[in-house]
Amino acid sequence: MVERRSALTALTHLILALGVLIVAFPVYVAFIASTHTADAIVQVPMPLTPGNEMLANYSAVLTGSAKGAGAAVPVGRMMWVSLVSAVVIAVGKIAISLLSAFAIVYFRFPGRTLCFWAIFITLMLPVEVRIGPTYQVVSDLGMLNTYAGLTIPLIASATATFLFRQFFKTVPDELAEAARIDGAGPMRFFFTILLPLSVTNIAAMFVIQFIYGWNQYLWPLLVTTEERMYPVVMGIRSMIAGGDAVNEWNLIMATAILAMLPPALVVLLMQRWFVKGLVDTEK
Amino acid sequence: MEKRAVFRSRWLPWALLAPQLAVVGVFFFWPAAQALYQSAQLQDAFGTSSEFVGLENFRRLFADETYIASFRTTAIFSVLVAGFGLAIALLLATYADRVLRGALAYRTLLIWPYAVAPAVAGVLWLFLFAPAIGIVSFALRQLGYEWNFLLDGTQAMSLIVMAAVWKQVSYNFLFFLAGLQSIPRSLIEAAAIDGAGPWRRFRTVVFPLLSPTTFFLLVINIVYAFFDTFAIVDATTKGGPGKDTAILVYKVYYDGFKGMDLGSSAAQSVVLMAIVIALTVVQFRYIERRVQY
Repeated sequence: MVERRSALTALTHLILALGVLIVAFPVYVAFIASTHTADAIVQVPMPLTPGNEMLANYSAVLTGSAKGAGAAVPVGRMMWVSLVSAVVIAVGKIAISLLSAFAIVYFRFPGRTLCFWAIFITLMLPVEVRIGPTYQVVSDLGMLNTYAGLTIPLIASATATFLFRQFFKTVPDELAEAARIDGAGPMRFFFTILLPLSVTNIAAMFVIQFIYGWNQYLWPLLVTTEERMYPVVMGIRSMIAGGDAVNEWNLIMATAILAMLPPALVVLLMQRWFVKGLVDTEK
Repeated sequence: MEKRAVFRSRWLPWALLAPQLAVVGVFFFWPAAQALYQSAQLQDAFGTSSEFVGLENFRRLFADETYIASFRTTAIFSVLVAGFGLAIALLLATYADRVLRGALAYRTLLIWPYAVAPAVAGVLWLFLFAPAIGIVSFALRQLGYEWNFLLDGTQAMSLIVMAAVWKQVSYNFLFFLAGLQSIPRSLIEAAAIDGAGPWRRFRTVVFPLLSPTTFFLLVINIVYAFFDTFAIVDATTKGGPGKDTAILVYKVYYDGFKGMDLGSSAAQSVVLMAIVIALTVVQFRYIERRVQY
């Protein structure tokens, strides 16, 4: 820093601490609510210190033993659906994008540029602008209420293809030449040289795409009609159907905490790759 | 930069591209073409027959007052989300950039809302602001302010703006912080030697140098407000009260899946596509320009 002013330093920490508090406040309240009975929360104002019902609430939502409106399917099952979808989406996106980027960078063939643009232009067609017809396609293919329906339509990735393309371009030509002289074919080169070099980028991409997959909402809303295929982010919606007093807010908040835990952990534990991946892909 | 060393094969590149192109073709281009086709069709009430009506759906759409109102709602919503989201993130990033010790801790504590699903963010804020039991509604009532977003459209709008901004600030923060950290220290020191105080340095040196980041984030935030906030609206206000928070994406979903008005929904999809394409083009033109500096 250029100058030292203790007043300014104090202000800096004050503002940052305030920011952190405001960011954390909704989650704190949600956590507190998830440790009380439903009756304790509808008291106005609700308590702001943890209660004793934490274990009871969380085990009730996870196993589905909670009675009342909404969740007929245990949240444990929904978490499983979310986890499977998020992992399939993340791994699938990375796999097919690595292959396409490899083809586009390391081969010359007619239609190469066209293929790149065909993939790239999908950035302009988010799910939200083509929900009706895409739903039609998925339903014609009989993929409603299946993992295939939840994941495959989301698996194309312009961002991942673009990132890997940019990265492959920075890989020195000498590596490919040496591999060719040593008699390695393209796939051998891909698996033994290119893939190990891409590990950092793959990790970064995984964090971003896992969160993307886990947080899907509109798409599952369209393609799932059976509760056993609800991902957790969407399952919460069916729990808040009643009015203020009818909702079992303690269980809803326990579900909300469970729903944000896996992606939040991924972000915090893989922070370095996440930040790198985010800032690199978008630039 | 093109590769000098390339592999030769007639079929291999196509085999490698096949999975991606198949998904893109079946789930992106085909539905987009269908949307274009349906937008020019009018179905009868039972969906048994349809006839070609040209631009009739679009004409009806733009003559529809609720659609124009939805445009206005979306515009207000995007401006508020992008404005507050960028301002708060810039404030926090500027101060985080000043911190010598504990910078990583602050970053860690500020970035995790990025991981929270928009729908979950909506539910959290809904709980804080629920009219009868919400803790913030209670505090507002104590201050003599009657809060009920189920009745008051302005309050409903501020609720979804708060939830959307809360979720987006962490993303903006990361980019601003990266932008600030890439500004050469020597420039700031030179300004300081010339006698410029912290505010003056921010206004005349730092902020202009951040303008590429700011512009990029502006586009991203508008796209976010247009499309990714569907879940927030659906989880909190469901477009209500009345149609006061029915943003465009919500209306496409509602008209297509609840109202079963396919022609209108498809026409709305086409309008949204035009908006995304316009935004993407703006973004790319600008990236091309930036490469030259």
